[in-house]
Amino acid sequence: MAAVYPLIFAALLFSVGVYGLLSRRHAVLVLMSIELMLAAVTVNLVTFWAIAGDALLTGQVFALFVMAIGAAEIGVGLAIIMLIYRNRASVNIDDADLMKY
Amino acid sequence: MSVPEVVMLATGVVGGAAALLVVTSRNVVHSALYLVVALLAVAGVFLVLGAEFVAWAQVLVYVGAVVVLLLFGLMLTRAPIGPTGQGNELGKAMPLAVALAVFAGLVALIVTSYGGEVIALEHVPPAALGEVLYVAWALPFMTLGFLLTLALIGAVVIARREEGEGPLPEPDPDEPEAAEASPPDSSSWPQRQPEPTPDEREVSA
Amino acid sequence: MATSVFALEPLWLALLLQALAALLLFLIGAVVVGYLEHKVLAHMQDRLGPMEAIWHGIGQLPADGLKFLQKEDIIPTAADRWVFALAPAVAVVPGVVVIAVLPFGPGLWLTDLDAGIFFALAASGVTVLGTLMAGWSSANKFSLMGGLRGAAQLISYELPLVLAAAAIVIQAGTLSLPGIVEAQHGFTLFGVPMIYGIPHIIGLGLFFVAALAELSRPPFDMPIADSELIAGHMTEYTGMRYAFFMLSEYAGMVILSALATVLFLGGWYPWPGVGLPEGAAGMVLGFVITFAKILVLSAIMVWLRATFPRMREDQLQRLSWSVLIPLGLLNIVLVATAKVWF
Repeated sequence: MAAVYPLIFAALLFSVGVYGLLSRRHAVLVLMSIELMLAAVTVNLVTFWAIAGDALLTGQVFALFVMAIGAAEIGVGLAIIMLIYRNRASVNIDDADLMKY
Repeated sequence: MSVPEVVMLATGVVGGAAALLVVTSRNVVHSALYLVVALLAVAGVFLVLGAEFVAWAQVLVYVGAVVVLLLFGLMLTRAPIGPTGQGNELGKAMPLAVALAVFAGLVALIVTSYGGEVIALEHVPPAALGEVLYVAWALPFMTLGFLLTLALIGAVVIARREEGEGPLPEPDPDEPEAAEASPPDSSSWPQRQPEPTPDEREVSA
Repeated sequence: MATSVFALEPLWLALLLQALAALLLFLIGAVVVGYLEHKVLAHMQDRLGPMEAIWHGIGQLPADGLKFLQKEDIIPTAADRWVFALAPAVAVVPGVVVIAVLPFGPGLWLTDLDAGIFFALAASGVTVLGTLMAGWSSANKFSLMGGLRGAAQLISYELPLVLAAAAIVIQAGTLSLPGIVEAQHGFTLFGVPMIYGIPHIIGLGLFFVAALAELSRPPFDMPIADSELIAGHMTEYTGMRYAFFMLSEYAGMVILSALATVLFLGGWYPWPGVGLPEGAAGMVLGFVITFAKILVLSAIMVWLRATFPRMREDQLQRLSWSVLIPLGLLNIVLVATAKVWF
């Protein structure tokens, strides 16, 4: 199978994630965009492992690591969003500017 | 075109479309549901590439846990049916330009570097992955477990309700004590205006 | 090891037959367990249950299905139409998919995945998405509460379920479901052939309790809670869509009972070390034995429903995080130590 298909799919996921991250202001949507970018990274890791045929399965192992870190990030991120919502009644990330100036 | 290529193209198109809908949908809950489709498509790509265990881990961790957590968070932070007003403005030129530039750059890079590359698909049984993961990768794996424990504790500590902190209490006719328990320092924060109760509306009308 | 009876050529025929068989097994399993629930619950409460439809009411569930078909399909005006309409399907599909990897007898499975148990647990976790979608899209506060409770419950009880299964995977040395059955067949405890359920009694208890909570079966039925949430996420559903939710619940009982059968009760063998005859006779006998075990476990689930009152939401969370999960981790340590020791 040509290697460009999964790689372009990953590139698409990543740039969609970039767009979401920059354009949306809903905190949970920003987290989702980051998840899309992480998914793109895992696709790339697995694809490069498939190209290189590494005996240590580095790409797959790293994909698993990225998944675990992504889950941890969601847990902590959502906890922070909950806290902001509880104190400021808003999930717009522009409203979380208490320490800005 | 071979069978794996057709499957890969189909999952890629579905996943890409779902990802686009995630960031453009007007309703955050719809975004989260499209994210499910996009992440399932990623799992499909893993399957085609022969990484079976990673694919099922993707389903278990992301679709089973992360998206459920996200939806849970959305519903706790008020996610009404219909377009969400808050923080949902679209149509900014700059993010679009940046995303398109990133995509164009990546595609150019991929095509020049890996244009002719062909993957010899091989299926890796989970047992093989396990043997590598618990022997060669044992130390990084333990570090990861440590990190996850820290994240768990961190999330609990952050989300815990502390003394004198909490939601801006809405006056509840059933529990008059709840209104008195309002935190003294909450006056500097933007106050959420409580909806008038039906009785109050009738009195004012 | 025997290969699947569905390993035929050409591929498309095998796939078509597999899909049909999965759907059929899903429906039959759900209807049989649904009937079991009607009758067992009724007899435990000293009544007869359905008696009119054919003999002793065995036609009751198909008749109910026909009735559901004729009902009007109502979508509330304020609801989110697409999500509301899709939710029952999302609740049903994982069940049909998981049936494909369950072994019901020697060679009687649709596919043997290398990571069978992992896949089954991953896919059955998707069911809660249906609950969440239904709860949110109904535009009803009770439904939303039901959906939220369902999500919280799934997140906390997925862990003990996976931990209990992981201990068995360590013991058997394989993730494949038929592989676990075969490994269990050769298992001996101090020279006596033994099912995993006896030395792994902690794991069996954990798995069963977590399965009850995954299915939102009493005493863990807070997401549905008829008396406080008026059936939670299902409040606004009518006709076939409601029937889909009921189907997915009963099929979930079949699936988790079948997983418990494979992991702890020796699968299609009557007892480890006791073989089955070769050929078709063995297949039929194996299927009957597996199904009998599934029905016994389902009957115990119904028994618990008749016995226990509903728990409170905070009790449920406390039970999972401060009892079941530590116990599950301890169980893994014990099993791994014992496995290395002996």
